[in-house]
Order: sequence, then C-alpha cells, then structure tokens
Amino acid sequence: MIKHQKPEAFYDTFERKGHDEKVTHYCPGCGHGTAQKLIAEAIDLLGIQDRVIFHSPVGCSVFSYYYYDTGNIQCSHGRAPAVATGVRRTLDDAIVISYQGDGDLAGIGLAEIMHAANRGEQITVFFINNAIYGMTGGQMAPTTLLGQKTATTPLGRTHGRDGEPMGMCEIMEALTSPVFIERVSLSTAAGVMKARKAIRKGLESQIQHKGFSFVEILSPCPINWKMTPVSARKWMKETLEKRYPVKTFRDQITERPEIDTHQRLPWLNDEELIELLQGNEVLPVCSGSGEAPEEQRIKIAGFGGQGVLSAGVLLAKCGISEGLEATWLPSYGPEMRGGHANATVLLSPDRIGSPVVDDPNVLIAMNGPSLDLFEDTVAPGGWIFVNSSIISREVRRKDVHVFKIPASDIAKEHRLLAAANVVMITAYMVNTKAVSVETLRSILPVSVKKQEYVQTNIKIIEQTIAYCRDA
Amino acid sequence: MSKRLMKGNEAIIHGALTGGATHFFGYPITPASEIAHAAAQYFTLAGRTFLQAESEVSSINMLYGAASAGARVMTASSGPGIALMAEGLSYMAGAELPCVVVDVQRAGPGLGNIWPEQSDYNMVIKGGGHGNYRNIVLAPNSALEMFEFTRTAFALADAYRMTVFILSDAYIGQMMEAIDISGEMLKGERKPWALYGDRNSRNNLITSILMNPELQQRHNEKLQHKYREVEKQCISFEQVLTEDAEVIFVAFGISSRICMSALRALRARGIRAGMLRPKTLYPFPGEALASLAAGGGRTFIVVELNDGMMADDVRLAVGSEPMLLRYNWLGGVVPTVDEIVQRTLQDLQKEA
Ligand SMILES: Cc1ncc(C[n+]2csc(CCOP(=O)(O)OP(=O)(O)O)c2C)c(N)n1
Ligand code: SF4
Repeated sequence: MIKHQKPEAFYDTFERKGHDEKVTHYCPGCGHGTAQKLIAEAIDLLGIQDRVIFHSPVGCSVFSYYYYDTGNIQCSHGRAPAVATGVRRTLDDAIVISYQGDGDLAGIGLAEIMHAANRGEQITVFFINNAIYGMTGGQMAPTTLLGQKTATTPLGRTHGRDGEPMGMCEIMEALTSPVFIERVSLSTAAGVMKARKAIRKGLESQIQHKGFSFVEILSPCPINWKMTPVSARKWMKETLEKRYPVKTFRDQITERPEIDTHQRLPWLNDEELIELLQGNEVLPVCSGSGEAPEEQRIKIAGFGGQGVLSAGVLLAKCGISEGLEATWLPSYGPEMRGGHANATVLLSPDRIGSPVVDDPNVLIAMNGPSLDLFEDTVAPGGWIFVNSSIISREVRRKDVHVFKIPASDIAKEHRLLAAANVVMITAYMVNTKAVSVETLRSILPVSVKKQEYVQTNIKIIEQTIAYCRDA
Repeated sequence: MSKRLMKGNEAIIHGALTGGATHFFGYPITPASEIAHAAAQYFTLAGRTFLQAESEVSSINMLYGAASAGARVMTASSGPGIALMAEGLSYMAGAELPCVVVDVQRAGPGLGNIWPEQSDYNMVIKGGGHGNYRNIVLAPNSALEMFEFTRTAFALADAYRMTVFILSDAYIGQMMEAIDISGEMLKGERKPWALYGDRNSRNNLITSILMNPELQQRHNEKLQHKYREVEKQCISFEQVLTEDAEVIFVAFGISSRICMSALRALRARGIRAGMLRPKTLYPFPGEALASLAAGGGRTFIVVELNDGMMADDVRLAVGSEPMLLRYNWLGGVVPTVDEIVQRTLQDLQKEA
C-alpha cells in the first residue's frame, strides 16, 4: 500500500483514540477507512472543513470523531438523519454529513432516513453497505444477500424467513425530493475513483443548496465475511455488485433550483414577539359592580354547538377583567360524545383550588339533558338558569333560585342563534351581580372572532337586560 | 396589566417563546397536541422553527441535533411518546445537552386513555432511559405555572446542561387561566461546547460514548456531582398552612389543586390541614418534608393519580415513624374535593 499524506480534514494524530494514535481502529482491508479518507479529501478540496458537522452512527464508524478535524456529533443507532435535521434547522451555513452503516440506516433507522430524504433535508448521507452488521460481530443486515452466512443466519439468509436484501438506492429513487442518488463500490481502484467523484458531488449539491443527496458505498468487511481483503474485493465485484448495481440513480444537481428547506418567516424582535403573543386578546381592566362576589362555581351545559365552552370563556374573561381569579375547564373526552358539552368556570377573589367542581352554585342549563344531569348537584341556595326555549319541564329543586329565559328565541330574533349562550350568561350576570354586564360589553371586542357580530351581541345583551328587568 | 385567558397547553408555548426557545420538534398525541398546534402557529409566525417529526424517536433526536448546535429546543408529548424518547433522553444526559420536554400525562399502561394520571412519575423522575442519569422535573399546577416554569426551564437546562421536564397532566393542560405576557424576554447565549459550523467550535465533540471504563466512570462521577449540585440549588416547593397542621397533604399538579380545596374544607370543619406541594419533583423537597415530620404527631397524606409513586419518596424523606396515608386514583378518574375530605375525616377518626 502506498502511504498517502493525511487529508487536512483528518487530525494529524488521533489523540481522541487514546492509543496507537497514528492508525485508524478499522480492521485491515475494511472499507470504512477508504470511504472516510475519500470524504476527508473531498472536504479539503471543497474548502469546507470549518463548516462541516460530521454525524457518526452506531456501528464500526462510531469513532469517526477520532479522525475528522471537523465538528462532530455521535448519534444513537439509526437516528443520525433526525439529529442532522436538528442541526440543519439550526445552522444555515453548516455542511451536515450523516455517515451510516447498513444496519444503522436500513434497519433500525429506516424511518429516520426515509423522512429526512422525503423532506429534502439539506444534508449529505454516506451509506456504507457492507451487507452485514460489523460492530456487533457479523449478524444479518437488511442488505445481507440471500444465502449469505452470518452469525444470525448460520445456514444462510433465506427469502421465506428473512426477506430479500434491501436496495436503498432503489427505494430512495421512489422519492421525488432527493437531488442526487448514486451507488458506488470500493471493490476496485476504478471503483474508488468513481466513489471519490460521487462523494464530492454529494457534498457539492449541499454547498449549492440543492437539497438531499445520498451516496451508497459498497464496502468490504473482510473480518465478518471471513475472507481475506483480496478475496473480499473479488466477492464484491462478482457477487455483491450483481445484487447492488453500481450506477447513478439520479443526478439533478444542475437542473434543480436552490431550495430553502427552512421556509422561515422573518425573525420577530422582542416587541414584535410580545405583540404576536398578546394578539388582540389582552383583556381590559374593568371595575365591576363594586363588591367582590363569593366564589362562583359555575357549570354551563348543553349540546355541542350551543356555545357552552365559549360562554364559559366569556365568563372567565369577565372575572379576570374585574380582577378576580378565574379557571375554565372543558368537559373532556368521552363526556363530549353524544354531542354533550359542559364547561366549569370558577371565579373567586381568592386563589382557586380545584378547577373541578362537584357542587356548583350556578348551573346554566342550555338543554334538557343538562338540567337532568346537573340539577341535583347544585348547592342549596345556588342558582339554576334555564333556557326555556328548549327546556319545557320545571325545575324540581325548591332550595335554589331558578331563572327561566327563552335564550334561543331571543338569539334567533337577532338572526344569531349561536348567541343563545350570551343571553344565558347575561341573565346570570344581571340576576346574581357576581360580575357586571358592563364588563361583558367591554370584553366582546377581544373575544368575538368576527367583529361585525360585536354589535349584534350588544343588542342581544340589551334585550336580555330588558327581559330580566321585566321578568 | 396585559392578561390573556389561555389553556395550560398554550401557555407552555408562550412561556417557551418568552423564555428564548427557538426550536420545537414534535409528534401529535392527545392530550399534548395543543402544544404542538400552538408551537406550529407561534414559532412559525415568530420566525422560529417548528417541525413535525415522523415519530417521538425522531423528535428527541432532532432535539439532540438542535441542542448540539446551541439552540434552545423543546418538544411535548404524553406517556407513550415519552416512553419512545427514553433512549434519546439518555443520550442527551450522557452528552450533557440541554433541552425542555413537556409531558402532559394521560392514563396508562398501554394506550390507556386521554384522561389525567400522574403515572409517568417514575419514568420521568427516576430517569426513564438507561444509565445513571437525572432530569430536572418541574411540576406546574396552573396555566400560569405552565407559562412560568417553561419560561425559566430553558435557562435551567442551559445552566446545568440537562433535560428539564415539565410534568403536567391532561387537566392542567386543558384548563384556562389568566397569563400576563408582558415580562422580560429571555435569551440563550453562544455555548462554548456547542457546534456552530465555524472554526471556533470545530474541535467540539458531542458524544456519549466512552469506551474506556475508567473514563466512563469519571464522566459518571462528573454527572453525579452535577446532580448533587442541582439537589442543593434547585429545590422548589410551596407550603400551605403547614405550620400548625396536624394533617399534611403532599401532592403535585392537578392533585394539589384538589387538595387545596380539600384542606380549606377541612379547616372549615376545625381540622388543621396543610399541604406541601413540590414544584420540583427532581430535585425532591425531601428535607422540607423531613423537618415537617421532625416534631412528630403529624399525618401525611400523599394524594396522587397513580399507585403511590411519589408516596415512596415521601416515605423515604419522612422516615418510618410518621403516619403516611396513600390516596390513589388510577385510570383517569379524578377525585372530588369531597371524596378527599370524607376519607381524611374517616382516617383521622380511625387514628384517634
Ligand atoms: C438501540 C441499539 N440497538 C442495538 C445496538 C447494537 N449495535 C451496535 S452497532 C450495531 C450494528 C451496526 O451495523 P452497521 O450499521 O451495519 O454498521 P457497521 O458496524 O457494519 O459499520 C448494533 C446492532 C445499539 N447500539 N443500540
Ligand atoms: S468489522 Fe468489518 S466494518 Fe467493522 S471495522 Fe472490521 S472490517 Fe470494518
């Protein structure tokens, strides 16, 4: 073997290794050493050493960071494309390289590589296909050939039990995002020359912001193939390359436009960010009706679509505007089935304990089933508000205040049936004075999605007040 | 005042952005999906990065990459997803990468249901993945604390180069409360150990592999030393009327909210009830519990939506002497205030 000079992108001495610092840890005749040197040379040639972040997998090349004088990340087994995605989305100018074995990429990490490729992640993947798990002692890889003997296929891989060897370039080709897909082989000197070129192209496409590139490198593992380095290369040429044809599957580097995988909007500064977060939902400060009410434990219940949840939100907002503590908890999960919904709102001058309420002192019943369900839970002396447009029966309880209002009819008069909930909470406010109707008026602009409805709601509130006065 | 009403899950994202978070990677799962929805909206509009990953395995590894590159990065999920992240979380700990992970707990085991449990306690507090590592675990019990804890979690994660968990539950995530978003904006700084794809950071290495047992031992000692520091400096808890209390509830998250109401109801009946509420579950406020137990005569009631996972830690802290009761609910069933009150009254009567 001719001793070449070390590429710049390799350390002069491999100090991280801790011993034998002049040579790599790879076995004699291993393809990893050759492939990694080709990559280092390409890094030199392209002048990107400072920008490179090299992702090592779990496998024989786990220690790539012994050698590369570049940024280095060691990843968990199979996940390098996800890690590389995290880096890519953080650093715009880095050159992100994922270097993976066939167990790592085509076995445990199949999901990560496919999705990174499909996103067109601006990274370069070097895929070392040695048809075996090297590091763990020669077990079957997804790429192992039929009949090939490994530690876990001692009688040879069979189609029936183990499935077919997976051609990753062929699978990759089914995706439209990758810009460059090529398979090369280290079986011969000519093959190495081709590999050198493909590796360079794979990196160039990233430098030019063209997108995801994938270079599969057929690579010998003489130790686990139980061959000499020479016979290993012969076997590659005669057998491995038959199953894995060496070729360019796709090269659209020139014709593709530059892509921006980030698709990021402009970065907001502190003030802009605060503005975004506050939206138009900042609540006004309102004085309320004077005295702080006792704790209001309000249950609002009805059909889904009657605005039960949003009525609760309005109440909670009113409370907050008046300086009260407030919690809102929606009915949840299976409770929602059958179209029933309810919300629990607590308003209190003091810190609120449980947001879950089993003895409400206010029940706002928008439909019959809600009254049936919650009537008995209301605390003695509490209030029940009944939507009499829908609920025909009387309230049985004699130890609570009852107020009936045809909420759906009032709302319908204003051609806004969805505002029956506003009628109900207005009635609650007018009767209990726990929070002021004035507050409800002031929070509408920061609560109603369509501003043209604010006026209708105000009219509905006025009519409800009048109804309550006359009732 | 610039208060907004919002859900705990949404408050997480407001806290994150004002806390300097720049990246969110996540995979949907109820009851945590609203966090991803809010992130998709606000991170994107703010010019930060939101990306939906193909799985939680990928999410945590994207965090690994972004954290390696110096970002303030987060994800959110629930039990099944957090379980999938176990290996990645262990790698994060080994490589000493900072990140924030939100767990909005649901009921398990298995697919369970989407109602609240607190049964991820052991998985999250004791580590979850392989190896001797710890996560800092914050336990908010309100939408406001979802905001505040997340906001400060990033600085904590950076300071100790650790994962900080926000351990929440389906109720705290769903609940709406007032949040004030006018506070100071926090920001990350360039980290001397991170990779930036430039000459100054070229020699940095992010790894968790140390093939030499002595080196791995030294690394572990360093981690353990760091965890002892965290235990000294980061414990946070709240005491409610513990001074004269004869009964002390120990509870976190939604359970602590219910206990808050229960202790008031008990006081109204002349029972001197109080509460110690851990705000950090790791590090655990064991010493505070021990000193409450020191005088003797107090009954501790640990209320949890699991089979008593935290109660084991409380027992360790208070020693074998004090009476310790475990009130547990499983499956997504949440007790009413009255259930806790009645049970406490009965148990106190038995004791007497
Ligand atoms: C989660 C997990 N499972 C299994 C392993 C064990 N393991 C380490 S390397 C490896 C196979 C690597 O084979 P390959 O990707 O083909 O790389 P090579 O060693 O051949 O270069 C396995 C299974 C691991 N480290 N992590
Ligand atoms: S086991 Fe195979 S892949 Fe691993 S270093 Fe040796 S020859 Fe290379």
